[in-house]
Formats: sequence, structure tokens, C-alpha cells
Amino acid sequence: MNIHEYQGKEILKRYGVRIQEGIVAESPDKAVEAAKQIMAQTNSKFVVVKSQIHAGGRGKGKVQGSEQRGVALAKSVEDVRQISENLIGKVLVTHQTGPEGKKVNKVLVAQDVFYPGESEPKEMYLGILLDRSKACNVIMASTEGGMDIEEVAEKTPEKIVKEWIDPAVGLQAFQARKIAFGLGLQGEAFKEMVKFVTSLYKAYVDTDASMFEINPVLKTSDNKILAVDAKVNLDDNALYRHPDLANLRDITEEDPLEVEASSNDLNYVKLDGNVGCMVNGAGLAMATMDIIKLSGGEPANFLDVGGGANAKTVEAGFRIILKDPNVKAILINIFGGIVRCDRVATGVVEAYKAIGDIPVPIIVRLQGTNAAEGAKIIDESGLKVQSAVELKEAAEKVRAVVANL
Amino acid sequence: MSVLVNKNSKVIVQGFTGSEGSFHAQQMMEYGTNVVGGVTPGKGGQTHLDRPVFNTVRDAVEQTGADVSIIFVPPAFAADAIMEAADAGIQVIVCITEGIPTEDMVMAKNYLAGKTCRLIGPNCPGVMTAEECKVGIMPGFIFKKGTVGIVSKSGTLTYEAVDQLTKAGLGQTTAIGIGGDPIIGTTTKEAVELLMNDPETEAIVMIGEIGGGMEAEAARWIKADGNRKPVVGFIAGQTAPKGRRMGHAGAIVGGADDTAAAKMAIMRECGIHVVESPALIGETMLKALGKN
Repeated sequence: MNIHEYQGKEILKRYGVRIQEGIVAESPDKAVEAAKQIMAQTNSKFVVVKSQIHAGGRGKGKVQGSEQRGVALAKSVEDVRQISENLIGKVLVTHQTGPEGKKVNKVLVAQDVFYPGESEPKEMYLGILLDRSKACNVIMASTEGGMDIEEVAEKTPEKIVKEWIDPAVGLQAFQARKIAFGLGLQGEAFKEMVKFVTSLYKAYVDTDASMFEINPVLKTSDNKILAVDAKVNLDDNALYRHPDLANLRDITEEDPLEVEASSNDLNYVKLDGNVGCMVNGAGLAMATMDIIKLSGGEPANFLDVGGGANAKTVEAGFRIILKDPNVKAILINIFGGIVRCDRVATGVVEAYKAIGDIPVPIIVRLQGTNAAEGAKIIDESGLKVQSAVELKEAAEKVRAVVANL
Repeated sequence: MSVLVNKNSKVIVQGFTGSEGSFHAQQMMEYGTNVVGGVTPGKGGQTHLDRPVFNTVRDAVEQTGADVSIIFVPPAFAADAIMEAADAGIQVIVCITEGIPTEDMVMAKNYLAGKTCRLIGPNCPGVMTAEECKVGIMPGFIFKKGTVGIVSKSGTLTYEAVDQLTKAGLGQTTAIGIGGDPIIGTTTKEAVELLMNDPETEAIVMIGEIGGGMEAEAARWIKADGNRKPVVGFIAGQTAPKGRRMGHAGAIVGGADDTAAAKMAIMRECGIHVVESPALIGETMLKALGKN
């Protein structure tokens, strides 16, 4: 599960990780109020206004139809009002949102941390994630703050410091020191970084996170270390033991069809294509999308209806797929192992009749236990549904349907 | 031969008395698997499906001589069940449970390191040796005894492959469902290696999906090992967008290396017969074996 920057920072702060302080606001008036408060606390005229969306690249991204960036420095209260008006309720396009962009509902009004002082501020990178091949967490640090870590890894891999964490004993002090030294820090900033890394890792483990990306981590001009941004991903499978974190879900950031599907216990991901699909099992669902593409169409979605494909789940699946106006055909692909194909076929027919007339061609491929009986039920239903048994046959029928779209 | 499980395997079911455990234990016994008992803490001493129930895996091992365990316990308790099985000396632990927190699996995998047991899964359909022993949830009737081994991250896609093989006249040795989670007990490479070293297995089907680097690792090992047996490979998720989790917790494209296209390219370079369409697994295997 993704959460917003301001939510991620609240979690970090709870664990003693120093953050760029800020106040979240849902309207320009509230943003102005927040800015006044922060300006008073920091004794500065400057604040940063940051749009809160579940996508990166906000600093370089622009609001649709304007030159307003997703993150902007405000040098006065009037600036704050203007920038907030330009952002809130508008659509921000970044390299991660795709051309359709994402609507900004909130801004984070944050302190200006690049204030002048005894030394030059320095931006760095810190990330924590699972190393799948080593089956343990890894902390990655880089002196190249503000840059995409994949790019750094490709062009200058020597600038990345990695520490793998032994699950039995957790992060050790020497590892935190190696990271801080590896980032070229000394004196007060070094001590601050050791504390920062230690607290950050504790937060990661305690919240069952699946990724932390702090980019940039800043050494301020007075040698403090703080998180200027916080990208936090939480493990969906562990949310049951963190009800407070589960509440941080912001469904306005998700596709409405995906939200509806998840409330029906269906695993659905919306895509941009023209052929919808409904499948049992995640691997077969991905493979079915690939077949649609190989047959000349484009998959409109991923949809795994799970093991017990019955009339109720099939009907819910149909309703969600049909709400996508781009869908011009539907392929149902069920491999009936334990579940019998004749039952699934009856379910498909019942679901079809419950919905009424479905305006797009449907191909139902049922394979496994009682496959022939299943095909017979589909063929004799009188509905505008084509049946198939072999996967190849289904692919050919999709090809014929797509050719006529 | 075959690998991991055979007609001599003595199998216990953890989560025996639950609805999933009961249903699949029954199905496994009907297939001929020697289920010698089950474990449900607090229900020790009872009898379920004509088999004894034990409080702990250790009790079950001591009293039945079980060497294989299959786990159907809910996600919150599954990692604990895996470690309990390992502690009790079970040699092959098959975990079907989907949705185990990643941190729990990091701990469990670490606990297993250095022990002699092998974990299959979690989030997998289990292991099946055709016409001998089913330790999982795969539909038995699609299998036929033969010489093709299967390694797969996915459940229903495994059934698809097996069904195509059987219809092409190619029976199977063992199908290993390794699971779709980011942390699993047995990797693609380890499962392929088991089959490569099994004298009865003449060819291998290797089914992967987007996310992680296991298929590339397996492909490189196959080549380094001298391409001893023909391997037909498929990667699901050629059309999956970056950064979106496609059902399985581990099925997510992070960088350029874990896309279907990148994995398929490496597999081709390593001499694997890669199919773009999952509908062609059976006939490609026939060709690879020179039988068409």
C-alpha cells in the first residue's frame, strides 16, 4: 500500500527520525494558515508547497495547462496562496503519473530547509527495501541525492553504499557507521546520520514496510540530518496487524474500478486496452493478457477471480469489466481443477442473464473437470457467447473478434 | 525416482481440521497419497478423516514417522508452522498459504538456513509426482506418468501446462509449484536443478512471471550445466505495466531486468525453448524432444 509523503513523515517522526516539518492543507486558506504558523516557528519568510499525490517526480512535474510545478518555493504568504490555488483541485502530470496525471487534493506546506549557515547543505539518498535474492532487507545510501537511484546504479554504481541486514540480529551499529562514513560525513553530521539510519530502520521493521525511499536526505547548513521527502510502501499482507496504518489508505488515489473490485474480493488492475478478461489464478491471468496481445488486441485489465469462480464472482467481474468504456470484447479463461467447468458455465450464464444484454462479444474458455459439459451449457444457452476448450482455440476466437472491432 | 515426493512419502497436514486442510487432505488421500495424520494445536488425541490428530509436529513425527508436511494454516500463523515443521525434522515442507507477511517469511527462511529440510512455497499449488503422490491442491486427473518435469510460480498456469503435455502424449515426473511470493523456500534454479539431476526426468517446463531475478538465475545455471535436457520456458506478464502488482505479491516489475521481455531474452540466450504464447507449451515440448 502506498501512502502520502506527509503520512510517511508522520510515521518517521514517531520513531525519532528528524523530518522537514510541515502541515498538510486541503484548501488555499488552510495552506496560508499553515504557512503563517511555520514561518513563525522557523523565523523565516520561506516555505515549500508540495502537492500530495501517490507518484514521484512532483518537483519536475507540471499542472495540466499551466507552468506550475508540483513542488514550489514560496517566498511570502501571497506566494503560498497563489501556488496552492494553482495546485489544489488541479491535475499534476509527472513522469510517473502518465499523461493523464493525478488530481491534487492536498498540499504539504513545509519548512524551508535550505537555509544558509556554517556549511553547505548537502543532499543524499537513503532507501530500505527487500533484497529478494538474499532474502533479507538492504539499506542503500548514495551521495547523489535528488537523483533517481536506478540511474545512479547504472551510471555510477560506486556511489552507492549497501548494507544487508541479518534478520536474526537486525541492524548493527557498525553498519550504521559504515553508511554514515560511506556518505563522507564527519563530526556532528556523522553522529546525526548514525542516529537517522538506526531510527529509520526501526521504523521500517516495526511498520512492516516494503519500501522506504528518502530522497533527498539533507545535511543542513547547521549539520542536522533530516528527511526532506518520504516515499513509504507498506506490506499489504501485514496490514492486519497495523490497523492504524491500514487507515492511511487514500482511495481517491486509486482507480474507482479497482476500489470496487477490491471491495468484492476481486484482484483487478485496470489497463488501457480493448479486450477485458476474467481468469482464475494470477499467473494464468497474466498469461491470458499476453494471449490477447498476441491475438492482435490489447488487454483492458488484469482480473483474478480466485479459486471459487461461481455465478456471484463472475457477475461482479462482468460488472466491473463492463464499466470500462474501452472494453470491446471479453475473454473468460477458467481452468477448472477442483472447481467443475459445468458449474462455472452455469455461473457465467446466470451472471449474463442477471446483467441483461451485454453489448460486447464474449468468449468463454473452460478447461479442466467436465470441460465438454461446460462448453455445451455455453453453446446451448442461446446467449451471444462463444465457447472454447483449448487455449489455442480461445486465442483464435479472440483474433477473429479483434479483427472485426 | 521423481523428486521431492513419491509413493513412500509419509505426509502430515498442518491445519488438518480446518476447512481447507480437511478438503485437500481428503483429495490427496483419494489420489493415493499416504497421509499419516495431521496437526491442529489443542486437538491432539482426536481422529479426523480416519487419521490421528496431534498437538505438535514433533508428536506427529515421533508417532507416524512423517517426513513430508503440507501447511494450510492462515497467513498470520503460517511462518510459525513452517519453522515448527523444520524443528521437528520434516524434510519436505510444502506451504500452500497465500498472504504471509514478507517480514515473517524473511525470518522463517533465515531460520531454515543451514537445516537439511526443503521448503516449497509459500503461496503455491504444491508438489505432485504423477500417479504416485500429491502434496498440494493440483487437480490430479490432468496428470499422467511420464518423463517431463515442471517448475512453476503459478497454480492454474501449471495445470494448463500439464494438461497440454498430457494431451500431447507427454506424461510427467514431478510438478513443483514454487510459489508467487517475493520470498520462497525453493528458487526456480533449485527446482530445475532437482529435475536436471533426476534420472527419470528427460525434459523440463519452466514457467515464470514478472518480478525478481530467479528465472534469469535458473537460465544461466542451465547453460553453465551444459543444457543437459531440453527446457521449454514461458514468462507470464509480457503485457504487465511497470510498478503494478499483478495478483501475486512477487509479480511486480521494478526495473529493466525483471520484465518478461528481459527474462525471455536471457532464457533464449541460455538455450531454453521460449514460447511467447502459453498455448504452445505442449507442442513446443514435442518439437524440443523431436517427437512431432
